[in-house]
Amino acid sequence: MSVLDIKDLRVSIETEQGSKEILRGVDLTINSDEIHAIMGPNGSGKSTLAYTLAGHPRYTVDGGSITLDGEDVLEMSVDERARAGLFLAMQYPVEIPGVTVSNFLRTAKTAISGEAPRVREWIGDVRGAMEKLRMDPSFGERNVNEGFSGGEKKRHEILQMELLRPRFAVLDETDSGLDVDALRIVSEGVNRIKGETGLGVLLITHYTRILRYIQPDHVHVFVNGRIAEQGGRELADRLEEEGYDRYLKAGV
Amino acid sequence: MTATETTPAHLATEDRFVPIQTRSERPTSFDPADFGTPTGREVNWRLSDLKRLAPLLVDEETETGAEPAIEYGLAELEAAGLLVESTGHDAAPRGEVFRPEDVVSAIAWKRCQNALHIRLPEGQVQEQPVIARLHGTGADRHGNAHIVVEAMPGSVGTIVLHHSGSARYAQNLEIIVREGARLTLVSVQDWQDDAVHASAHQAVVGDGAYLKHMVVSFGGGVVRVNPSMRLAGHRAEGEMFGLSFSDSGQHIESQVFMFHEGVETRGDVLYKGALQGEGARSVWIGDVLIGQDATGTDSYEKNQNLVLTDGARADSIPNLEIKTGDIAGAGHASATGRFDDEQLFYLQSRGIEEEEARRLVVIGFLMEIVQKIGVPEIEERLAEAIEEELRRGAGLAPASKAGA
Ligand SMILES: Nc1ncnc2c1ncn2[C@@H]1O[C@H](COP(=O)(O)OP(=O)(O)OP(=O)(O)O)[C@@H](O)[C@H]1O
Ligand SMILES: [Mg+2]
Repeated sequence: MSVLDIKDLRVSIETEQGSKEILRGVDLTINSDEIHAIMGPNGSGKSTLAYTLAGHPRYTVDGGSITLDGEDVLEMSVDERARAGLFLAMQYPVEIPGVTVSNFLRTAKTAISGEAPRVREWIGDVRGAMEKLRMDPSFGERNVNEGFSGGEKKRHEILQMELLRPRFAVLDETDSGLDVDALRIVSEGVNRIKGETGLGVLLITHYTRILRYIQPDHVHVFVNGRIAEQGGRELADRLEEEGYDRYLKAGV
Repeated sequence: MTATETTPAHLATEDRFVPIQTRSERPTSFDPADFGTPTGREVNWRLSDLKRLAPLLVDEETETGAEPAIEYGLAELEAAGLLVESTGHDAAPRGEVFRPEDVVSAIAWKRCQNALHIRLPEGQVQEQPVIARLHGTGADRHGNAHIVVEAMPGSVGTIVLHHSGSARYAQNLEIIVREGARLTLVSVQDWQDDAVHASAHQAVVGDGAYLKHMVVSFGGGVVRVNPSMRLAGHRAEGEMFGLSFSDSGQHIESQVFMFHEGVETRGDVLYKGALQGEGARSVWIGDVLIGQDATGTDSYEKNQNLVLTDGARADSIPNLEIKTGDIAGAGHASATGRFDDEQLFYLQSRGIEEEEARRLVVIGFLMEIVQKIGVPEIEERLAEAIEEELRRGAGLAPASKAGA
């Protein structure tokens, strides 16, 4: 059982007009085997939270803490966080020219587990995981994300999650750009991994559709850099009906 | 990678003092005196390291004395039966297509009595790549050479010139690809750090013939390899690929010229360079000329540089000149970028350490060219050299801004 604990997190970014505050005191605790959905208007800071968890250099932490089973995550480099068990499925996965998917996956697996995986087993694992996500094996020989369609990029993110077996995963709009079948396949993947490893999930989304497949234990409404309200599944349905007006007017 | 167009603003102003000329109209002469001593303002010298190239501007006897500047390891050529008796100044095919375009090249022409003549016999298919090993015997030794590589009609083969050791070495390479022949020519500059090397390659590709030309430069103090290719024949095809890795204090230059002369020719130019360390320089000037009779031309040229640390500088100047209205396609691009933070972040977020992430990105960047070489020994040597460079660069701070 692991705990990812975010306390009073304050984050800003440097812009041409100077420093801009984006996260204004975020509190969130995620336990293993829990699914937390975060919903909120565009620009409210959801991706900022995701990137800050992963340690993207663009974001400056001005205050608060992030701990993983008591360990200070903010002290860790990006790669250390991943090795500690954090995974970010990105909203916009990056293309890496000249680096094939299979080389990338093997290098990442070796880094995370501290030793090279046994070749036979590994090839089987990769093939099996691709099959489950309905990815053609030819993706292995393609360069990372290069020329992938939007939906293919998202599947490739989940493929990595499946193979790297993190303790906590942040899925930043993984459902956007997926067709109906892919949405189901990807959701099944998340549920399967959770079932096998007790993965804790922070699921950022604009749509309740994915929540039909991935049952959230908690739903958080994210507005203007902080959590404005928390609830269960029913909160998501209400948001879909009413939108975010209530929170925005309240000036939270 | 973060792409920013390189705009050599300081050059734009200098342009006013240089008469505008078509690349093909550049003056040529076999007499060094006709060129005079370059001042560094000339169009083909202004980004060069003239100071260190100076020993090659000396018009002196270089074939006397017991010890030659370059040892020619030609055993493989001999074994394959590709060596033809050396040719004097007037012996064909020497000079069939070659015209010196600068003083160094004219000196090399004049001071080399016997050209090395490599010939793929008519219709012969040479399955294995053949490597000529040119080894410099001393950084203070001046050598001049003229080399002819001739692919006879219908022949197929791969010739590699591998340069190592150290010398002050001026070289002309005359490449004749006769009709229907398919030649791959790779020149590898694997010199020691104190070598000074200037080489002018001039190639002509005949009817239905194909030339893949590659310049791979990673060793040497100053390395200037200027290749030009004339796609003269109907449906001639040419590819010009280059790869360079400039370290601290290295100046690696290529002035590349692709001339579409015949009808329905196809040309592709792609040069990639990585740079790291204080004073690392690379210069790429790429001219493409589509002549007035070159209807149906298909042409593309691109230069990409990856600046790994501060203090390194890449100049990249693409030019495209089109003299016919009827072409199939033409384009050019130039981009100089630094390490892309987003790429590094993506790899690191999967647990990969920063140094390893850099390695993946650089090798990924250069791999596109490495894979085109098709000569296992050279590909391995190159992979090894790239790893060596990266180890050396590991302690250096990453580039802080694009373009450098
Ligand atoms: N480089 C930048 N310069 C200026 N503002 C920025 C920069 N990067 C991010 N921001 C701002 O930070 C805010 C939060 O952005 P973030 O991407 O976290 O929002 P989000 O909630 O993920 O939105 P979406 O739902 O559209 O994905 C936005 O207002 C965005 O414009
Ligand atoms: Mg977002």
